[in-house]
Amino acid sequence: MTAAIVLEPQAPARRRRHSWTLILGLVLVGAVAATALLSLVWLPYPPDDTTGGRLEEPSWQHLLGTDKLGRDLATQVMIGARIALTVGLGSVVVGALIGITIGLLAAFATPWLDDTISAGLDVVIAFPVLLLAMLIVAAQGASLVSVMVAIGLAMSAVVARLTRVLTKRVLGEQYVTAARTSGTRWPGIVARHIMPNIWPTLSVNLALQFGVAVLAEASLSYLGLGAPPPNASWGRLLQEAQGTFVTAPVGAIAPGLALIALVLGVNFVADGLRDIADPARRRSR
Amino acid sequence: MSLLAVSALTVRTAEGRVLVDDLAFDLAAGGRLGIIGESGSGKSVTSLAVTGLLPPALTVDGSVLLDGVQIVGAPERRLVGVRGRVASVVFQEPLTALDPLMRIGRQVAEPIARHRGLRGAALRGAVADALAEVALDDARITRAYPHELSGGQRQRAAIAIALASRPRLLIADEPTTALDVTVQAQILRLLDDLVEARGMALLFISHDLAVVSAMTSDVVVMRSGVAVERGTVAGMLAAPTDPYTAELVRSARSLDDRLGRR
Amino acid sequence: MILELRDVSYRYRKGALAVDGVSLGVAAGQSVGLVGESGSGKSTILKLMLGLARPGSGTVLFDGEELSLPAPRRFRAAVQTVFQDPYSSLDPRQRVASIVAEPLRSLGIARGDQARALVAASLASVGLDADTLDRYPHEFSGGQRQRIAIARATVCHPRLLLADEPVSALDVTTRIQVIDLLAELRASQGLSILMVSHDLSAVAALCEQTVVLHRGRVVESGATAQILSAPREEYTRRLVEAVPRLPAV
Repeated sequence: MTAAIVLEPQAPARRRRHSWTLILGLVLVGAVAATALLSLVWLPYPPDDTTGGRLEEPSWQHLLGTDKLGRDLATQVMIGARIALTVGLGSVVVGALIGITIGLLAAFATPWLDDTISAGLDVVIAFPVLLLAMLIVAAQGASLVSVMVAIGLAMSAVVARLTRVLTKRVLGEQYVTAARTSGTRWPGIVARHIMPNIWPTLSVNLALQFGVAVLAEASLSYLGLGAPPPNASWGRLLQEAQGTFVTAPVGAIAPGLALIALVLGVNFVADGLRDIADPARRRSR
Repeated sequence: MSLLAVSALTVRTAEGRVLVDDLAFDLAAGGRLGIIGESGSGKSVTSLAVTGLLPPALTVDGSVLLDGVQIVGAPERRLVGVRGRVASVVFQEPLTALDPLMRIGRQVAEPIARHRGLRGAALRGAVADALAEVALDDARITRAYPHELSGGQRQRAAIAIALASRPRLLIADEPTTALDVTVQAQILRLLDDLVEARGMALLFISHDLAVVSAMTSDVVVMRSGVAVERGTVAGMLAAPTDPYTAELVRSARSLDDRLGRR
Repeated sequence: MILELRDVSYRYRKGALAVDGVSLGVAAGQSVGLVGESGSGKSTILKLMLGLARPGSGTVLFDGEELSLPAPRRFRAAVQTVFQDPYSSLDPRQRVASIVAEPLRSLGIARGDQARALVAASLASVGLDADTLDRYPHEFSGGQRQRIAIARATVCHPRLLLADEPVSALDVTTRIQVIDLLAELRASQGLSILMVSHDLSAVAALCEQTVVLHRGRVVESGATAQILSAPREEYTRRLVEAVPRLPAV
């Protein structure tokens, strides 16, 4: 009883402190998303136009300067935004579909099967995401789709673990037993009672995984395993700008800042979601 | 001078919601007082306020004098000197009141070592005595973990820990609510005997009128943070002055009557 | 007998016996109290009676026939439950209308507007008005939530209500109200009741018959008045004497 009194006073204070980060996060993610959408209909220069001088400094013709092949950097960064968001979303969708399915299975499985699945998930989680993704991309060949699948698969283990734990908790609640005695069969219980109750926590986790996926894609591209040109991922831009970092720093700073903006923004949004998702409902006594 | 003197005690949450409103009561050394209240009455908040155990997010106004020491606004140093030595608390849920990772013997030894300065063989002897006093005679209990004991045994252990520091006031906050009814009867009897034998004061908090009337003869009835009635148990049962108290007594009587004659 | 256990036993996964050769039943029109402390096996017996678990040995009979699992629709329509914790037995993410309509939906009894009408009627019968329909559980007190749970349990007009410690988590002043509500529904809907409880006074208020459980076995059973005034067994006597009583006035 006293615990209920203790929890409540803190919630509003937390909400106040975090609301500015949520807004900032939304602004950052919004800016990147707007850039990506814009890139579908308009680009400053065609993507493979190398007429600009090599490694030029930022100017009115080239807002971010040019890269070592003479391509406009601003164009590259805008295309990169599109790729980051596509791969991020795609990976999360793959990871969520696979992870949630396995997680639900494990939660409903017999103890032996559950232990086996959990052990398998532990093995996958122990692998660095990047290493796993590299293996898959190396086997399948580098393309946007294979990168999405690779990152998604690696991420699905974490999603599965979380889904399993959340589902087990819900399965222990009396309203699930009540649903069973009301005649609801298991598929109905999963759809009407389990998914809505695990979704708030799960969605926050998936938002965070989005950030992880974007970074993973950038890392893969940096290592040369990402989508090949002309799909200019920010990671590849970073890799190309390495050699000329001292003389033409903008080439690395621009994609670097873009990456930071997106991932930071996503993390802030996820934090904000976490605060909104449950405290309002937790007023139980 | 009273052992415990509470006056104008008001506890508020950070948003300004009042949990306890201008509460006042006294408890003499060796005396007994019951606080009756249902959920949301502020009774548990009161017991925490008396020992300075409220979370920092709550604001406390008023005065709580425990053995002459002002508890409200006191620094942790002063509170530590009072807790255990003057007052100890037994809570409702023994499973959470005991450290799950520490053996019972060690949990009982801690307050004894700190308050009575015993070590080695003397300490072990004192622990055995403390456990025997709560009828936990089995030697295996000293080495057991809380989850290995039954609910009743855990609550006895919690009582032993609370009494180990030889407090002058025992605060019992719903000590038997989570226990089976046969076990409850034993624990209540145990509390009664120990409090009597040591001449301790007892502040007994519960929602159960029958239990409170068995343990104390004076009561304060709380509702939504306010003391709505105070007096003797007999007086409250026979002629409650406050409408809420009247309803409480009526409901309790109604259920009690169904059990047939006493 | 609507629902009956015949010489039923159930073992935990670790091997200990939760229920040992228990026989009990509820006939139409009866109100039976199942009294036991922790470890008595009452929760397991309830699970078996609800068709949520299979007995290790013995049979569970519904309307005289062995109950097959998963339980058929007509069993679910005839036997409904009210659970102990009003804060856990209602899905926090669903509105009250949806919660109370669940049996109607899942058992194919009614949908849409027809269901909504039945839900409103059921809520009215437990003393809650129509604006309850579109609100969420967290907006209600423990006593009100328990009423919602009772509304859900009675919306499809079952013949037997199994109540698992329905008032233990409630305040004293609310307890008697909910017990009276159950008694009233019993009279108005011809509902038979089996109430599991550790609280003898609640059982005494609602149930004409009582079965006393201890360590998985039936220790004593008979008329509640008899058990309270003249218990035969030692354990029953200890149980009755341990109940805290108000001093006579």
